[in-house]
Amino acid sequence: MTTTDLRIGIDVGGTNTDAVVLGDTQAPIARTKVSTSSDITTGIVTALTEVLSAPGVSAARVGHVMIGTTHATNALLQRRDLQRVAAIRIGAPASTAIRPMFGWPEDLYRKVSAGACIVRGGVELNGEDGAPFDAEAVARFCGEVAGTAEAVAITSVFAPVSAAHEHLAREVVRRELGDIPVTLSHEIGSLGLLERENATILNAALGRVATQIVQAIDEALSAHDLAHAVPFFAQNDGTLMTLESTERTPVLTIGSGPANSLRGAAYLTGEANALVADVGGTSTDVGALTLTFPRESAFGVEVGGVRTNFRMPDLVSIAIGGGTIVQAGEDGAPQVGPRSVGYELSRRGLVFGGDVTTLSDAAVLDGRASMGDTDVPDSLRPLLRAALEEADRQVAEAIDRIKVTRGDLPLIAVGGGSVLIPDTLPGVTEVIRPEHYDVANAIGAAIGTVSGQVDRIYPVGSAAGGRAKAIEAARQSAVENAVSSGADPKAVEIVEIDEIPLSYLREPAIRLRVKAAGPLSKV
Amino acid sequence: MFMDETTLPDYARGAAILGAGGGGSTRVGLLAALQAVEEFGPVEVISVDDLPDDALVLPAAGLGSPDITLEKLGNPEQGVWMRTAMEKELGRPAHALMASEVGGSNALTPIVWAAHTGLPLLDADGMGRAFPEVQMVTMHLKGIPATPTALVDERGHQMIFRDMDARWLERSARAVAVAFGGFACTVDHPFTGAQARDCTIPGSVSRALHIGRVISETTHDRVATVMDRLGGHVLITGKISDVERRTVDGFVRGNVLIDGVGEDRGRLVRVEIQNENLAVLEDGRVLASVPDIMTMLDSQTSDVIFTEELRYGQRVTLVALPSPDVWRTDAGLELVGPRAFGYDFDYTPVEELLAQREGGSA
Repeated sequence: MTTTDLRIGIDVGGTNTDAVVLGDTQAPIARTKVSTSSDITTGIVTALTEVLSAPGVSAARVGHVMIGTTHATNALLQRRDLQRVAAIRIGAPASTAIRPMFGWPEDLYRKVSAGACIVRGGVELNGEDGAPFDAEAVARFCGEVAGTAEAVAITSVFAPVSAAHEHLAREVVRRELGDIPVTLSHEIGSLGLLERENATILNAALGRVATQIVQAIDEALSAHDLAHAVPFFAQNDGTLMTLESTERTPVLTIGSGPANSLRGAAYLTGEANALVADVGGTSTDVGALTLTFPRESAFGVEVGGVRTNFRMPDLVSIAIGGGTIVQAGEDGAPQVGPRSVGYELSRRGLVFGGDVTTLSDAAVLDGRASMGDTDVPDSLRPLLRAALEEADRQVAEAIDRIKVTRGDLPLIAVGGGSVLIPDTLPGVTEVIRPEHYDVANAIGAAIGTVSGQVDRIYPVGSAAGGRAKAIEAARQSAVENAVSSGADPKAVEIVEIDEIPLSYLREPAIRLRVKAAGPLSKV
Repeated sequence: MFMDETTLPDYARGAAILGAGGGGSTRVGLLAALQAVEEFGPVEVISVDDLPDDALVLPAAGLGSPDITLEKLGNPEQGVWMRTAMEKELGRPAHALMASEVGGSNALTPIVWAAHTGLPLLDADGMGRAFPEVQMVTMHLKGIPATPTALVDERGHQMIFRDMDARWLERSARAVAVAFGGFACTVDHPFTGAQARDCTIPGSVSRALHIGRVISETTHDRVATVMDRLGGHVLITGKISDVERRTVDGFVRGNVLIDGVGEDRGRLVRVEIQNENLAVLEDGRVLASVPDIMTMLDSQTSDVIFTEELRYGQRVTLVALPSPDVWRTDAGLELVGPRAFGYDFDYTPVEELLAQREGGSA
């Protein structure tokens, strides 16, 4: 039997689809960059064809294929292929002041809503029943939406403490509506009813998109004799989930793009704690690594105009990229961006014989980059020099904003436009430019780390056994979750513990967020 | 004046600023208020001058742990239940509701209750800002009895407190709120039209709306222009360089360091926090303190940064608005001045402190 010692990482971006093959060595065995196709499959198939034809690579040796894609994000932004969702909130009488989907953008609401109801039920902070669950009301609502709803989203009050009522409601839905897809909120998000409910409804709406993505991968793998390889999808924390999980929780793939770049930067440099600048054609994302994982934002993010409580990688984005257009402002000062020529740089930039002044031209003039073969006219040189200074200033500010403590850190520069980053920057010990910087995102996907997370409230009074016991319980659940997602039980580690004391309660309680992560078990 | 979908967003913005860093985020309350006026029509806001002498006014607020309201968004019927309970207890009909606290989320929920009860909202409040405790209201200062008080939960459970002073009410009501599941709604310190002008801070709702409008209308050099127009002061523009925060007895305590940037480069101020921003210190001297209203704004968006959202690296502009005059009296300061919060210094109005500082550095 052939050993399956290779992993393929694919990052489907808006412009390019990148693929790499990783083996036991640090450097990728093969790599490619092709244009992203509108149907995703073609781009993936082309990228796979290229890397599989590289010397030393054979389909039979590939054990895992990891995919990072913005497909679900784009579907939400463009309101495309979304399913109609019946939203059930189990929250009367405690949470009736705002109805489900109130305040959503009108166009998204119309595409997604198949109706909503608020029924009695939900639990208290300590897990006791707040109100008895009203199964009849759920059954009645199912009767109303039968025929229009394509999926159901169920959210109950304090589900992160106890999801009992969500499970009961799912049984009723199954009985009344058959095997319609159902999303339960406790599988999607944490505390914060409105944001978790929004994310749950969006997840249910993405069901069809999820099926498309999974089919596209299946087809692409079969077409390359890779049917034996186990596919995984990258999620917003930079770790992987299985195909089954992706079909169930596609909304978790949102944000995987920047997370992959950050993870790739850590892998390529061996740095565990550093800053990362991912410079593309139009923008630069600056993020931070904590123990090789992207640091997550403290607040939930908006997706498609809807507030969720997803923790995305904490990023500062600025309109500085290789294709960023430079113009002279009215006062003579350079105006840098936000417009960009994007992927047309190699046709429209000055150094490529075009007529648009870009930051890449400034970088060539300064000696940071060598590309193209046309000289920059003398008359534009002062403007370009000033523009590069302005770009450096913005990068320095972004770096300063992303830091959470005093003290200097190394900066890892990745992405196709990273030549723009100067060698010295304030607050930065050194700028590290790894080899394969331009496919860091695909490498990030290919690393193959899986994680398990726990975010819930634990009583820590004397009856409950105190704080230490609660933390131990949370650690164990996180590890179990990671292992059930495919992590190697012998190598799982706790990578994050966040403890928040809760106020004004009979019994003291803490909210614990614990994340465990480890490499995939060998198959 | 009416509260509707055009005025509410500005009102919420102003209320967030008057929260002085505390009072809870206005985001969820704004959504609830918008839905209430969509269902029941605009809420009328009436002036204290329009109240008949014998009119009964019910000051209302939420009480309990903000962590609970993350999941329990509230039940608008609570407004109706509180009204009915108080009318039964006092034996006469209510004329208007009032927000006890115009700072933070408690500015918004009374709008929901007004819409559902059909009562108008009084253009006044009992704090002119946010404060952490029930007795820190002007009604208490002016001798209005704290009880009868009605406390209701989302199920319609009701408690009536009688013959209790404000400090006992604070202890008892909080204990009951915990028993109710961590959060409850309360009407306390009921008063009459004749008492209204003296025992409230008239014009608080208009003030919050005005502040929000000024911010919405200002696009250029926002914070400075806004403070100019509101009679407020920019204390420092900088970057948060340290956040130290802990929860003690259910209150968030801590302090934050702001490193000056731009014109303020080289300055370092410390903000002392107990739920709200209580004092600002620089070089061992007080720059501003309670009861003046100190709020941190995002330097770019002018959005309010609540104490629970503070973190290293944020670009902030710290502003101060003068406290309502009633808190600047001896009796007012005894209740909500620096010493009431455990600080060992006397209150000086922020405008005087700033004048001294400029005089000293000139």
